[in-house]
Amino acid sequence: MCLAVPALITKIEGTAAEADLGGITLEVNLTFTPEVKVGDYVIMHAGYALSVMDRREAEETFELLAQLAESNESH
Amino acid sequence: MEELILLGHGSGGGLSHELIENVFAASFANPLLLPLEDASLFPSPGERLAFTTDSYVVQPLFFPGGDIGRLAICGTVNDLSMRGAAPLYLSASFIIEEGLPVADLKRVVFSMAEAAAEAGVQIVCGDTKVVERGAADRLFITTSGIGVVRDGVDVSAQNARAGDAVILSGTIGDHGITILSQREGMQFRSGLESDAAPLNGLVAAMLAESTGVRAMRDPTRGGLATTLNEIAGSSHAGIEIEEGKIPVSEGVEWACEMLGLDPLYLANEGKLVAIVPAEDADRIVKAMRSTRYGANAVLIGRVTDEHPGRVILRTRFGIKRIIDVLASDQFPRIC
Amino acid sequence: MRVTESFRSPELVEKLKERIAAISRTPIRIMEFCGTHTHAVCRYGIREMVPRTVEMLSGPGCPVCVTDVRSLDYAMALSMVPGAIIATFGDLLKIPGSRGTLQHARARGARVEMVYSPLDALKLARRNPGNSIIFLGIGFETTAPTVAASIVQAEKEEIKNFYVYSMHKITPPAMRAILDAGEVALGGILCPGHVSTVTGWKAWQFLSDVYHIPSAVAGFEPVDVLLAVAELVEQHERGTARVVNAYPRSVTAEGNRAARETMARVFDVGPAPWRGLGTIPDSGLSINEEYAAFDAEKRFPVDPGETIEPKGCHCGEVIRGVMTPGACPLFRKSCTPMNPIGPCMVSSEGTCAAYYLYG
Repeated sequence: MCLAVPALITKIEGTAAEADLGGITLEVNLTFTPEVKVGDYVIMHAGYALSVMDRREAEETFELLAQLAESNESH
Repeated sequence: MEELILLGHGSGGGLSHELIENVFAASFANPLLLPLEDASLFPSPGERLAFTTDSYVVQPLFFPGGDIGRLAICGTVNDLSMRGAAPLYLSASFIIEEGLPVADLKRVVFSMAEAAAEAGVQIVCGDTKVVERGAADRLFITTSGIGVVRDGVDVSAQNARAGDAVILSGTIGDHGITILSQREGMQFRSGLESDAAPLNGLVAAMLAESTGVRAMRDPTRGGLATTLNEIAGSSHAGIEIEEGKIPVSEGVEWACEMLGLDPLYLANEGKLVAIVPAEDADRIVKAMRSTRYGANAVLIGRVTDEHPGRVILRTRFGIKRIIDVLASDQFPRIC
Repeated sequence: MRVTESFRSPELVEKLKERIAAISRTPIRIMEFCGTHTHAVCRYGIREMVPRTVEMLSGPGCPVCVTDVRSLDYAMALSMVPGAIIATFGDLLKIPGSRGTLQHARARGARVEMVYSPLDALKLARRNPGNSIIFLGIGFETTAPTVAASIVQAEKEEIKNFYVYSMHKITPPAMRAILDAGEVALGGILCPGHVSTVTGWKAWQFLSDVYHIPSAVAGFEPVDVLLAVAELVEQHERGTARVVNAYPRSVTAEGNRAARETMARVFDVGPAPWRGLGTIPDSGLSINEEYAAFDAEKRFPVDPGETIEPKGCHCGEVIRGVMTPGACPLFRKSCTPMNPIGPCMVSSEGTCAAYYLYG
């Protein structure tokens, strides 16, 4: 378990938010992520945002993978 | 006219006649129907006839991209078309729950007239019954249809042969996700629409290109996966398809991710899968793409003599997976 | 959605496959504890992507599969309470209790509504003031906070007809139970990615400190899973036992404190029955005294009836990772998705269903 998807927050009104998921509009509850801003991606499960996606971390992971790729080649 | 459907509208008396005149005959007007006889007569349209029937019980009655009426016409037109028949005459029977607003019925019937006009078919006979509140879920429709098959056309799910190409006419999952998004308890506005459409024009274009089309099916309930399994089973042949080639719109893809659904098993009401000789495939796809409902037609796989009766999917990562039929409907999941 | 697409990139998948193949020398058994990981591993064919030295096992990570028969029977009994509307995730609809599924209950006249979120169940409660809306609470630390939040919301709005039957459980005790039982020698643990967004990756530190076993918090895209597997293989070869966060874009060390606080506000932790594992102390969540008014068990003390375990079913062993679906004598014979005997075959995240569907 657990199915959760990265949804883009487009509108916020208190703890109620609207998010976009590839053209679909969802209602997302922000009770657990009060720090979210419009334009953030949240991990959404059962109608609630559980975390804000850290895009810098995503970039860093790619760099790590690129390094792995290089070290593969040097094997 | 009354605002709501009453039991009396099904009694056969004055109220019934009023309903038929004001709702059905008004929209379905054609010379075969209008005498309102017990049966419609017409000269035999050809040597080989195709005949099919289907019932429609969809809820909600109205959804983005269509309604139960459009489904009822397109579904039967398409069943005929999938055997290579040109659809001609339809019957339409209605079981109506007492209390249904007449305005809703009119809207459905008007939509049926529109779909029939687009498909070039006539509704030549029908029936109406009204049942007590609670005995039906608002409205059930049954349509039967007659079509004619030209000489030389032999389209059957049993005809797939090793080496044949598998063609899909467009994106999958649109209807299934649209209906799901309309349910109470699923809170998303999809911006997606049902793909309900009459496919006889598309099929005519395909048959004009090649009378060698072997099999066609519209992947309705159970989706593409079920339909391909049916063909593989009937033909005792194997089918292999490429995940990367199957068109899925972004909204459908994400709705499936969110709900834990597989688009391969979602219903489609305006798509077809065709098995054609390999040498005709490119031409047929090109012809399909020049039609209204075949714009995204694409070659998705091949029929093979390996694993007869089985459908195999090659994923984007090169791994092969068996695609089986499901026991019953997929349900959204959270885990 | 570019981010997600990148984590599905076939090029990156190839690179990771090569990496794992290059570094893996000694056999390693990796167990995941998340139904969504079971599903992802099968869907993406991860087993075919890793060398023979790497064995991927499924543990008790499917909340539906680990729910015991008696609890399912209780839910069925709740569905027959006059005026009750059962609100449930789709996952539970086809799972057989002793006397059929919730779908059977619906056919017998029960009102059962499928929902996506506990918030939908609250909506049902508002719209049907004359009925008792009973939400079936299954799921681990990802879902439990959302259910707790909906109970807090119900209290705030003074909604008097909303109840939850909690079958919620938490993950670490099940991991401990598997490791303590020692039935399978594990070399690495794939930690559930979305559970970890709530618990924080530090919650798995005990795996290093107490069990000296490396663990990696993993996401759910193919690159995520392979990255975590690569981390575990690397540690295994080196002999280290650290917790690694291989899902940093969603998981932090501390997790989501607000979510954990809401859980603690509404739920007590206590013993719970796990199918295949028996009763595990401090593993289940029950609604506490303060929110007793929302507790379906207190409000509707129904009789679940005689508990009948599915005959010949080996789900318990599959859940513990000691039997693969293929080894179960019923698999593909009398137990198929068309005619499932146990939850592992019914639930789409059940190990047997995943093996069956994805070959």
